[in-house]
Parts: sequence; structure tokens; C-alpha cells
Amino acid sequence: MKKIALLVVCLSLISSIFSQNDGKKVPSVQLTDLNGKPINTANLSEKGPVVISFWATWCAPCKRELNTIHEEYEEWQKETGITIVAVSIDDEKTKAQVPLYVNGKGWEYVVLLDPNWDFKRAMGVGNVPHTFLIDAEGNIVYSHTGYSEGDEEKLLEEIKKLKNR
Amino acid sequence: MKNWLLGLTTLCSIQLIIGQTTNDGSLTGNMETTFQYLNADSLIGADQPDSKGLMSSYMNVFYRNGNFKAGMRVESYLPRIQGYPNRFDGTGIGMRFIGYANDYIDITLGHFYEQFGQGTALRIYEDRNLGYDNVLDGARIVFKPTKGVQLKGVYGYQRYSFQNGSVVNSTGITRGADAQFHLNDLIKPLENSSLDITLGASFVSKYQVDDDPDFILPQNVGVYGGRADLRYKKWTMNAEFTHKENDPSADNNYSYNAGHSAILNVGYSKKGFGAVFSAKSVDNMSFRSDRTKDLQDLLINFLPALNKTHSYNLVATLYPYATRPVGEIAFQGEVLYMIPKGKINPKFGVPVNINYSSAFLPIQSTSGINANDSTRIGYVGTPFNKSDSLLWHDFNINVTYKFSKSFYVIASYFNIALNNDVSKISGDAQGLIVSNIGVAELGWKINKNNNLRMEFQALFTNKIDKVNEDQTISRVSNDKGNWATIVAEYSVSPNWFFAVMDQYNYGNNNPELRLHYLIGTVGYLKDATRIAVNYGRQRAGLFCVGGVCRFVPASNGLTLTVSHSF
Repeated sequence: MKKIALLVVCLSLISSIFSQNDGKKVPSVQLTDLNGKPINTANLSEKGPVVISFWATWCAPCKRELNTIHEEYEEWQKETGITIVAVSIDDEKTKAQVPLYVNGKGWEYVVLLDPNWDFKRAMGVGNVPHTFLIDAEGNIVYSHTGYSEGDEEKLLEEIKKLKNR
Repeated sequence: MKNWLLGLTTLCSIQLIIGQTTNDGSLTGNMETTFQYLNADSLIGADQPDSKGLMSSYMNVFYRNGNFKAGMRVESYLPRIQGYPNRFDGTGIGMRFIGYANDYIDITLGHFYEQFGQGTALRIYEDRNLGYDNVLDGARIVFKPTKGVQLKGVYGYQRYSFQNGSVVNSTGITRGADAQFHLNDLIKPLENSSLDITLGASFVSKYQVDDDPDFILPQNVGVYGGRADLRYKKWTMNAEFTHKENDPSADNNYSYNAGHSAILNVGYSKKGFGAVFSAKSVDNMSFRSDRTKDLQDLLINFLPALNKTHSYNLVATLYPYATRPVGEIAFQGEVLYMIPKGKINPKFGVPVNINYSSAFLPIQSTSGINANDSTRIGYVGTPFNKSDSLLWHDFNINVTYKFSKSFYVIASYFNIALNNDVSKISGDAQGLIVSNIGVAELGWKINKNNNLRMEFQALFTNKIDKVNEDQTISRVSNDKGNWATIVAEYSVSPNWFFAVMDQYNYGNNNPELRLHYLIGTVGYLKDATRIAVNYGRQRAGLFCVGGVCRFVPASNGLTLTVSHSF
């Protein structure tokens, strides 16, 4: 009986957690960038809004998304001041190919390595690609899973919405 | 039941802490549920499960408030979908933890994931797509006493299975420590040097009672190693060497040999050009918290396969390769070059990517060694002492040509050889399976939201001599012979996608098995929600992520997947 009472109390408390929708912040996970410098993910939006895009060298739609945005990145930055953070989930098998791909393609994104999926897990990412828009306070304001051509337009709209908020 | 109570107590404590602060904290997580309704299809060897329907689900919830963190995952297998370990069943808590972290200390109690260096001593991770999860249940401390120093300690029991709605742990305990030093932060003269140096060292040990009637087995087995990570301008170099003490197990046929793993990566990259070379030597290096287990169960360490992870269907799933933990020497090289705009394409750069990987059996010298003496040391394994016996090779090249902003073609060629006698992948094949694969991918952005993508793939296997029942010899295709695949994917951004894939095994030696494997998919996406339904035939194959593979049996039926992230 005691156990059941505990269960009821806990469940009601849990449900009160789930009813709180606001204030989804980027969790603090320590990753490294391509220069080996440690970066705390909670501080990514310190200088303004960022897009966090999870990708891997073996993920074709991820690469299509980031290559498409790459062509328009300069314009996006001029227009909105957005910074793109590309988080690679390549593990030790393919991690060495990340700088090769990034520099080969000339990406000017902030690139972070998440080889054991700590940040991926904390952000609730099931499969890649998965893209988040973060405001300057570190709140997750929009997210999108998967990529097909044209999705970047929707992302740009959301970035502009955030800018004009 | 115990697990449930612990999980609930965890969440209750979360709630208590919320009550004490004015900040409401932050909650993230995700869920996925997959339902299958399967038909019997005797031609491809697909059975209908007794329950007809199968369903696997999970949901992760992570909570943070200031320095406090907690999380849990509920898993449900009613029963588990095809390809998952068949011992998974029931609904219950698969993971739960509480923790506290500030700038210099991070403590976790309960379940945690962790990786030391490149993972050859310890890598605790999960891949829900594969049903792989070797999570540790215990305690972890990460301590950063000063800038440039990071110390880690872990202690716990590994997850082995999920039965009757609760986690079943390993019988052996796993513990380890790791230290990492960024020298540029610690040594004054290096402070502004363009040479960046990080050094690290790990020690991992497992304890398992010796209950073997025949052998005196070591109850404690240690693994230790060091690593270096160097950067100089456009160059990077990292190396890791790990030694394993004698560890008789089902993997090594209860040999008392020591083991080793050595990995070296050297890379150079600048805008428009990059190259990387990797080498690896592995001997007797499977390391599990239970010496009697096999396949992907209870591995403490991770031995990355040195080859490219492919994504085209025929290339990725028919002949994949994973490290042979009992011994191999492997190499990989990759070059990416962007032919500048204007050279062969007036409007766009043309990226060319070339990759080669190979793996060989090591030489295990037995001279002067009596394998049957009381030491039970069977051979001497020297790092990078390779033989000429090929286990695997993969040469591949791909070129992307953009005709305009809305139309591109990617042409790829693959030559893959896999030694089926050593790394058995198919019951129909003999010796070296050599396959030549060509793929053409076309992408056409019709207008702002409508997009069509097509793939044409063809795979040809080598010819072998087959001895018939009447002792005559006939020339036949190796394994299942030639395949052709067409994929068409139509998407309407941002909400819809439709896809059809037909794999045709037209070259099978058995005319009755020259079958079409046709499958159609419809998906709906909205923000972080994805709903997809597919119906059709799927051939048996190895489903791999990051060099870890699981066999997925053939199936014919409907699969519905719903995922949401919050």
C-alpha cells in the first residue's frame, strides 16, 4: 500500500514537470573543436543566436543540408548575424575524416566533435540530421529532424522570426 | 520492481529540487516507437512471428537545474522488433542517473556513458538503432583541478540485457581511471607555441569470479595504455597504444596470451584539399566484463574498423567489415580534393574523394613455443607484423558534378573484397568475395519545395569454381551474384517525403531466388516529429553503425515509426 501511495505521489509530481514547456536550455556538455580546444555547449550562444546542426561524414542528407547552407552562409550571416555550429557525431572509426571533409569543402562553421554522443543524447537527438535554433539566452526555440531540399528556407524564416522578436 | 522504485525516487528528488529553487530548470529528451506487422515470405526466408505484431519503444528524459542533473529512459519491447537481441522483453526503466556538476567536478551516480581516449581501453556507449547498449551502472567522477588537466574515474556493472522489463547486468565488475594533460596549458614555453600537445593515460580493470572447473583463471584483468594528440598548423597526428594482460576467454579459446591495440592517424588539410592516413594493429584485444560472452555483448573497449562508412544501400549492407578483435593489421588512406571552379566546371568546384582501406591477418609466431605447456601461451604477436592473408580491401572514388544550383550528379565506384573464410558473412559464398559496384546519384530541385533524388546502383561479384554433385565443375557467381538497385525519393519540403526502392538480385545462381525486393515509404515530418510508414520486402543483411553490425533477418510487411524530440 505504501508503495502504491509513493507511486501516486511521484506520478503527480512527474506530470507537473512535463507540464512545464518553457525554458528548454542547451545542456552543458564539454566537447572539443577541430583545434582540440574544449568548448562548453552551454556557452555556444554567448555572442548571439546559433544554429546547432548534428551531422556525420557517413550521413548523406546531413552533408546535403550543410553544403546547401554553405553556399548561402555569407548572405545568412549578413542578413541575420547567425552562427552555425556543426556537431559531428563521427566516432573513432571515422573521426579522422572530419577535418578533411570540413576543410575540403571550405565550411566556415564552428565544427565540434561529439564522438561518444554525449551532446547528441543530452539534446534528445535520435537520428541525424537534426537541427536546432538557439536564441542568445541559450533557449532552444526551434528544431527540425531530417533534411530535404528546401528545408533550409524554413530554417532561415525561423532565424529571421527570432531576429525580429 | 526495484528499478521502478529507484527511478521514481530519482524523479521525486528532481521535483524536490525544483521546489527549492526559483528557476524551473530545463527538460529535454526524445522518444521513438516502432511497430511491425510481418507476413510470412518463404522465398526470402521471412517468418511471421507468433504475435504477428512487434513493437519496440523508448523514451529519454533529461532534467537539469543549475548544477544538478538527472535522467532516465523507459524501454518497452512487446516483443522487440526484428534485428534486436531476441532476449529483450517487457517494459521498464533501462537507464536512470542523478548527478552534480560544476566547473571543476562532475559526479554521476546510476547509469553513465564514457570513453577514454580513442576507446581501445574503455568505451561505454549506446546505439538504439542497433539495440547496442553497454552502459555502466555505478559511479563516475570527472575532476578538473586546474586548466589543462582532466581526471576521470569509473566503477560499475555493465548492462547485458533487458528482460521482463528490467536491466540484467554483467556478472563481472568494470572499473577504470583516465588522466589527460594539455601541455600548452601547463608548460610556460609551450603557451603560445603553434605545436599543440595533449597526452593521456588510461587504466581499466575487470573483476569476475573464477568458477571454471578446468583452468585457474585470472579474476582481475587489467588493460592500460597511453595516447598522444598533436597538432601543428595544418597537420594533426594522434596515436594510442593499449596493452591487455592475459585474459583467457571464449573469444581467444582460453589462451593466456597478452593482447595489444595500436592506432595511428596522421592528417593534413587546408581549404580545398585534405589527406589522412591511418594504421592499426590489433592482437587478442577483445575485452569483456564476462569472459564467456561473444558477439556484441558486454564489450568494455571499442576497436574501430579502419574503413569508410558507406551509405548507399548495396555498398553498406551486403559486405560490411568490422574489426577482427583476435587479430588484424589494417591501413586506410583518404584524399579529398576540390577541383577549383572554372577548371572543368565553369560555375562550381568539383569535389573528388578517393579512399582505400585494407586489413590483413597478423603473423602469430609459434617458433620456440609449446602451445600445450602449462603457460598456455600460444604464440608471440608483434605489433604491425602483418602477413599476406587479405581479410578486406576497399577502393572507392566519388565525384560530384553540379550542373546548376538545382541539378547535380554524383558518380561513385567501389571495389570491395572480403575474406569470407575468415570473417564469415555469407553461407552462400566461398573464399574472397570480390564485388565491383557502380552508383550514379541524381538530384533535381524542381522548385522551391519539390525535390527528386534518384540512385542507380549495380553490384557484380567475382566468378568461382563450384563442384557439382556429379563432380563436374561449373563456373558460378560468388555469394548471391549480381544485384541492381533503383531508389527514387520525392520530397515536398518541409513536411512530406515519398520513396521507393527496388533491389533486384537478377544474378543469383538459383533462378528461383532472382527476386525483387520492393519497398515503399511515406513520411510526414513536422519540426522535431517524424512519422514514417514503409511496406514491402527487405532482404536479410548486416545493419552497421560505426563498425558495429547486427544481423537483421529478412522480412516482408509493414513498419511504422514515430519519433519525437523535445
